[in-house]
This record gives sequence, C-alpha cells and structure tokens, in this order.
Amino acid sequence: MIKTLLSGDLPRSRLLTAMLVVVLVGLALAPFLVSGARSLNVAATICVFVVLVASYDLLLGYTGIVSFAHTMFYGIGAYGVGLALHGMGPSWWAIFVGTAGALALSLVLALVIGLFSLRVRAIFYAMITLAVASAFSVLASQLSDFTGGEDGRTFKVPEILQPGFRLFDAEILGRVVDGKLITYYLVFFSALTLFLFMLRIVNSPFGRVLQAIRENDFRAEALGYRTVVYRTLANCLGALIATLAGVLMALWLRYVGPKTMLSFEVMTDILLIVVIGGMGTVYGAVIGSALFILAQNYLQVLMAQASAAMSGVPFLANLFHPDRWLLWLGVLFVLSVYFFPTGIVGRLRTKAPARGRS
Amino acid sequence: MTTISQVAPQDSALPKVRVDMLPLLLVPVLALLMLPLVGSFPTWVTLTVAGLAMGMMVFMMASGLTLIFGLMDVLNFGHGAFVSVGAFTATLVLLPMKSWVEADSVWMNLSVVGLAILLAMLVTGLLGWAFERIIIRPVYGLHLKQILITMGGMIVAEQLIHVIWGAEQIPLQLPTTFRGAFIFGDAALEKYRLIAVGVGLTVFITMFLVLNRTKVGLLIRAGVENGEMVEALGYRIRRLFVGVFMAGSALAGLGGVMWGLYKETLTAAIGGEITVLVFIVIIIGGLGSVGGCFIGAMLVALVANYAGFLAPKVALVSDILLMVTVLLWRPQGLYPVAKR
Repeated sequence: MIKTLLSGDLPRSRLLTAMLVVVLVGLALAPFLVSGARSLNVAATICVFVVLVASYDLLLGYTGIVSFAHTMFYGIGAYGVGLALHGMGPSWWAIFVGTAGALALSLVLALVIGLFSLRVRAIFYAMITLAVASAFSVLASQLSDFTGGEDGRTFKVPEILQPGFRLFDAEILGRVVDGKLITYYLVFFSALTLFLFMLRIVNSPFGRVLQAIRENDFRAEALGYRTVVYRTLANCLGALIATLAGVLMALWLRYVGPKTMLSFEVMTDILLIVVIGGMGTVYGAVIGSALFILAQNYLQVLMAQASAAMSGVPFLANLFHPDRWLLWLGVLFVLSVYFFPTGIVGRLRTKAPARGRS
Repeated sequence: MTTISQVAPQDSALPKVRVDMLPLLLVPVLALLMLPLVGSFPTWVTLTVAGLAMGMMVFMMASGLTLIFGLMDVLNFGHGAFVSVGAFTATLVLLPMKSWVEADSVWMNLSVVGLAILLAMLVTGLLGWAFERIIIRPVYGLHLKQILITMGGMIVAEQLIHVIWGAEQIPLQLPTTFRGAFIFGDAALEKYRLIAVGVGLTVFITMFLVLNRTKVGLLIRAGVENGEMVEALGYRIRRLFVGVFMAGSALAGLGGVMWGLYKETLTAAIGGEITVLVFIVIIIGGLGSVGGCFIGAMLVALVANYAGFLAPKVALVSDILLMVTVLLWRPQGLYPVAKR
C-alpha cells in the first residue's frame, strides 16, 4: 500500500527512509511533541515549504525550467484568501472564493508567461519571470487601498480555525483541541496530500516526458512530444500548487504581507532548499525544507554564541553574526551546485546502490 | 533573391550593410510625442534630462552584461553584485577624503570622485576576473547551472558586503560643486544628471570606437558572431573572454559608483534592485547587442520618468509594459544578434 501511495518511487536508501520517517512523524505529532507557539509555527512552515519547494522542483528539477516567479504564485494564493477573508468576513465561502480566484489568476498568468517566453531558451524565461515577479511585488506593496501595502492585511478565519475555539472541553494527550491545532492539521494533511499528488505526477508518463525534456529537449521534440505544451503544462501545474501553498500559509498566519509572501528572499530560500535538498527528487523538498527551516530558526542561536565567543576578533565576529547565516548557506549552495548537483537526497541514493529499483 | 540583385550596386565590390534605423528613431520620437502630453516645455526638458541620465547609468551597468552574454553565452545573474561592490568600494575613498568632497573646488571634487571611480573599477575588474575563474569557468555551456551558480554568487557577495561594511545604510555625499542645478529659463537641470549623461556618452562612444575601430573589437564582434571560427583562425578566445568579463565587471562598478552617488545612500541590496531593470534593458535591446542595449536603456528610463509624471500608478509596471510592447514588435529584441 505504501508503494501505491508513493507511486512506486520509494526513497531507495535506508538513511533517507529513516530521515523521511522522522520528518513525517515529527510533523504529524508536532503539536503533542513540542509546546509553545513558536515550535508549532516552525512545523507548519515546514509543511507549507515542503509543498512550495516540491512544486518548484517540478519546474527546476524535473523540467529544467528556471523560474523566478514562484513566489508570485505563492503570493497570489496567500493574497487571494487573505483579501477575500478580509473583505467578505470570516466564512468558508470566502476561503473558497479566494482560493478559486487565486487559482484562476495564477493559471492565466502562468499560461501567458509560459506561452510568451517558454518557446525561447531557459535564460530568457528566467529573466522574464524575474521582471514580472518584481513588478508584481511592487504592485502589491503600492496598491495599498486594496492590498494593505507594506503592512499587509490581517484577517479573521472561520470560527473553527480560530485559536479561541475549543472542540471538546477535555484534553487529548495533554493538549487542548483548539482552533490552532485544527488549523495545523488542516495544513499538515493538505500538504501531505499535495505532496503525494506531486509524487504521482512526476512518476506518471507525463512526468517521464518532463524528465526527457530536461535531459534533451531537442530529442524529446524529435520523439513527437510538443515540448512547449509540456513545459507550459508543468509551469501551470507548479504555479497552481504554489498558489495552494500560499493559501495554506495565509490560513496559518492569518496575515498576508509583501515581506513574508512576495519578497525576493522567499525566492532565494526556495532556490537554496531545492538545490541543497536535491533537484529532481521530490523527497529533496522534504529533507531540504526541514533542515532549512530548522536552521533558519535555531542555527542563528548557535551562530550568536559563536559570534560572542569570537567577539575579540573583529572580522570573524562579523562572519559569524547571526544575521549572516545566509552567507554560509550561499556558500553551501554554490558548492552543492558544483559537487552534489542532486543534493542531499541524490547523494544518499547513489550511496545505496539501486536496491528496489523496479 | 531578386531583391538582393536589385539592391546591390554594380560598381562597389561589397554590398553595403543596411543599417536598421527604426529603433534609433524610437528615442527621439518617444521624447517628442511626450511633449504635448507633459504640457509645459520646462518640465519636459527636466524630465527628459532626468530620463537620459538614468538611462546612461543603467546603460553602464547593462552594457557589460549584454557583451558578456553575447560573447560567452553566459548570463551572469550575479552582475548586480559588481554594482554593489563598486558602489561600496567608492566609499573607501569618499568617506576618508570627506574634506575633498566638501571642498568648494571643482578640481578637488573631480579628482576625489575620479579616484573613487578608478578604485571601484579596479576592484570590480579584479573581482570579475576571480568570478570568471572560480565561479563561471566550470559551468560554460550549462545554462541551468550558470543561473543557479551566479545567483548563489550574488547571495554570497551581498552577505560579504554586510560582513565587511556592516549592515547599516551608508550615506554618500554628493561633492559640493556637483550639487544644485543650472537654470535655463524655467527649466532646472540638475548638475549631477548632466555629468551622468556626459560620463555615459563617453563610455558609449569609447565602447563603440573600440568595438568598431580596433582589432580587439573586431575579434570581440567576430566572437559574438561565431566563437568557434575565431578560435579556428588561431586567436585565443579564452583570453578575450576573461578580458571582456573584467571590462564588463569594471563597467558595472562604474555604474555602481554613479548610481550610488545619485541615490546618496547605499545598501547592499542596491545591486539586486537594479538587476531587474538591467535585465529588462538587455532583453529589449536584444541579448548580446551593445547598441540595442543603449537604446533600450534610454527607452526604459525615459518611459519610467514620463510615466512617473503623467500616471504614477502606471509607472510601477511601465518597464514590463514597454518590454512586452517591444517584444511583440520584435520578439528577439530591437537588434537581434545574428547567431541566436
């Protein structure tokens, strides 16, 4: 049954399997394992990022398209739900309308950008998406009457998802079943479903064509596959899933704003995670996101200690300043593009020779 | 076939290369069309000069990038890092020599800014050499990796600027004699903008002459057209690559200094912000074409300035709209480079 669930694409490495199980169990039981709003926030962010990064991997790792507009679609999802809930009041209907609207907008944009520039080369697409995404984020922060500008919008979610809501009076395993818990599981199970769905896609015949295009688009075209059509489809699919990830994030945070949803930093985060986790392996998104978000939240504490220990040496202290953690990830990123193009997951898989490969 | 035989004159040995004039006309036509819309002549002059100044600065930053792309087929997503590094290097001269910057003497001001520019170009040129050696050399021909790796280089460079110069904004003072404006009738022309136009034109003319009148320029143009052939004829195209990469990086550094002085404050993100504009410019101009890049820079900057005055909301997306319009007209950019 597990094989069917994973679409026949098993981790193929004992260590990798162990890591995946740890992440899965950790995320599934997060509300009971850890206490405090911050840790739960970390867990939810990991869930959302797994989906977001895996959908980006669909483009970068499987189809060989470099897009810088992925945060734009993520932002469209978040803003769609956020503005709908803000404008129409907290109801499931508003969530539905917001999500549907966001999905439609994402689809149209992805189609237009794709048809416009995917015919040409990878580099062209990368530049166009960069330009469009930056224009979009400027728009979102400038049209302040509609989007709330730089401050963003906070909004209310339906009652059942609000932190004050109690499902039962009794506690389960020492935890009150409140709205926050329900929201967390909503995010978790949606993320899990979307993740399995993507695993299904990349292991379908469609996914194989995408990989063929990545390896050699000329040959794929010669075999009779319309590469433009497949690329555009992959692009739309990635955009739609990123939109859904945005919806989940907005529901979790009960806030949308340009800084958390649209900024270029989010895009670089996604890039770093995909490459470090492993391009072309959906599992890379899980491992990468878990490591990255944990590092983002907890590595800085370690670095602060290192920086304090080296406070006598002026340059080194700066080098280990907690705000400079991106420097080290950047170096890791460059090194992994050179030496481990398939990232952590690819590395683990090649170590374990092709056991269980069908 | 018939058209060619008709056009070719009988008496000359080589048919003349037809110069594509249409894009050249775009800039003056756009400027003149906007005159009635803006309404008042002095405002129009101010706007146009502001646009030209901004365009010149963007051109300095973009020209290196487009040349590097044309010659080596490498699109450096980290090009913005050179802009930032150039601007920050200038502070090494401008901040300690504050008295020269504040002095009310044209020569002292000029020499201190000149020194800053020289140092910035030197540092970014050397950095470009290192960047080409370490970061880009292993990934020639692999577009996907190039994009990723230069992006990574950009992140690292931006963070290193934070490490070296600290995370705070650095205020950059414009030299005393560069401040203020000349007044012609009702039109106020900021001095610094005129200087920027002057520097930009100098860069463009120098580049034009080097590319069209020297042997190195001939080789570069031939390399853009067909690199393998140049190599087969016995020239070391590798050295050409390195030289062009260094020159392109140094130009980005120059652009960074000018842009930093224009903005009067420096943040490490300055390069990343300008990268988007630079990309739009080189797409409009046609990837690899220096002339197209020049026209593209002017168009983008002028449109941004006019739109900012006429319809501020539209100005937010004016670059994109311009790009889409140009690409609908000429899908490969204004001056498509023959190879691609």
